[in-house]
Amino acid sequence: MSGSALFIAVFLACIVEAVEALTIILAAGTAREWRSTLLGLASGLLTLTVIIAALGPAVSSIPLGGLRLFIGGLLLVFGLQWLRKAILRASGNKALHDEDLIYRTQLAAAQAAQSDRRAFVTDWYAFTLSFKGVVLEGLEVAFIALTFGSNQHNIPLAAVAAASAVLLVAIAGVAVRAPLARVPENTMKFVVGIMLTGFGVFWGVEGAGGDWPGTDAALLVIIPVIAAYALVLVAVLRRRAAVAVMPADTRIADQAGAVS
Amino acid sequence: MIRGLRSFGAFWYDFIVGDDWRVAVGVVLSLAATWALSASTSLAVWWLVPVAVIVLLPLSLYRLTRANRR
Repeated sequence: MSGSALFIAVFLACIVEAVEALTIILAAGTAREWRSTLLGLASGLLTLTVIIAALGPAVSSIPLGGLRLFIGGLLLVFGLQWLRKAILRASGNKALHDEDLIYRTQLAAAQAAQSDRRAFVTDWYAFTLSFKGVVLEGLEVAFIALTFGSNQHNIPLAAVAAASAVLLVAIAGVAVRAPLARVPENTMKFVVGIMLTGFGVFWGVEGAGGDWPGTDAALLVIIPVIAAYALVLVAVLRRRAAVAVMPADTRIADQAGAVS
Repeated sequence: MIRGLRSFGAFWYDFIVGDDWRVAVGVVLSLAATWALSASTSLAVWWLVPVAVIVLLPLSLYRLTRANRR
C-alpha cells in the first residue's frame, strides 16, 4: 500500500472524530466555562498520549505475520461496524449524524447540569464532558493510526496524518466558533468504513498465510468492490424501507403490475 | 475493582465489536479457516475472508433493520 493511501485513510478517520470531539468541547465551553473545559481537553490529550506511548511499542513488537493477522482481524471487525452504521444511515434506517443537533442537545444538557467544584477544577461537569469527549473520540483516532501505521511500518506518517487532521479541525473550530456542520461527516464515515474493511480483509488474509493475486495491487480491486457492494446494499435497504412504508393496496397494485 | 474491570471490558467490547457479535465471530472463524487451509494445503485461500464479508454484512444489516422495525 502506498503512503498516500495510509495518509488518506488515517486523515479522513481523524477528521471525523476530531469534528465530533470539537462539538462536545464547544458545547462544554459555551454552556459552562472555558477554563475547566480546556483543562479537560488537556487532561484528555495527556491520557491519550500515555495510552499511545504504552500501546505503540507493544503493537510494534509483534512479529509481522502475527501483527497482520491480529490487526487485520481487529480492523475488519471494527471496519464492518463502521460500514454497517454508514449503510444504515445512507439507506435511511438510522438517523444521519447531525453536528448541529448534537451540539444543541449537549448545550441544553450542559446548561441544565448543576455546578460542582473539585480540587483545582472550578466546573467539574465541563471538565468531565470535555475530558470524556477527547478521550473517547481520540481513542478511535489512536486505534486507526496505530493499526494502519504499525502494519505499514510507518507510524510516523500515520501520526502526521492524525495530527494534521486534528490541527485542521482545531483551526477551523477556533475560526468558526461553531460546530463544523458543513463537513460531510456521513459520507466520510462511509468512505472510512470501506477503507477499514478493505485493509482489514487484505491484512487479515496475508496474516493468516493467504497470498493475494497481484500482491499489493489486490487492494485496488478489494476497496472498489467493497464500495460497490456497500452501495448495492444501500439501494436494496432503501427499496425495502420504501416498500415497508407503502400503503398495502398500492403494494398489491405494484405487484400486479410487475406480474403483468 | 471488579466493577471497574467489567466496565473497562464492556467499553472495549462495545468499541470494537459493537452491536452485532455474530460479525466478530464470523470474521474470526473465516480467518481461522484461512490459516488452517493455508497451513495444510497448497490451495488458493485468499477468497475465504472476502466471501465471509459478502455473507456477514447483509445478514447483520438484515438483523439490525428487522430489530429496528419491531
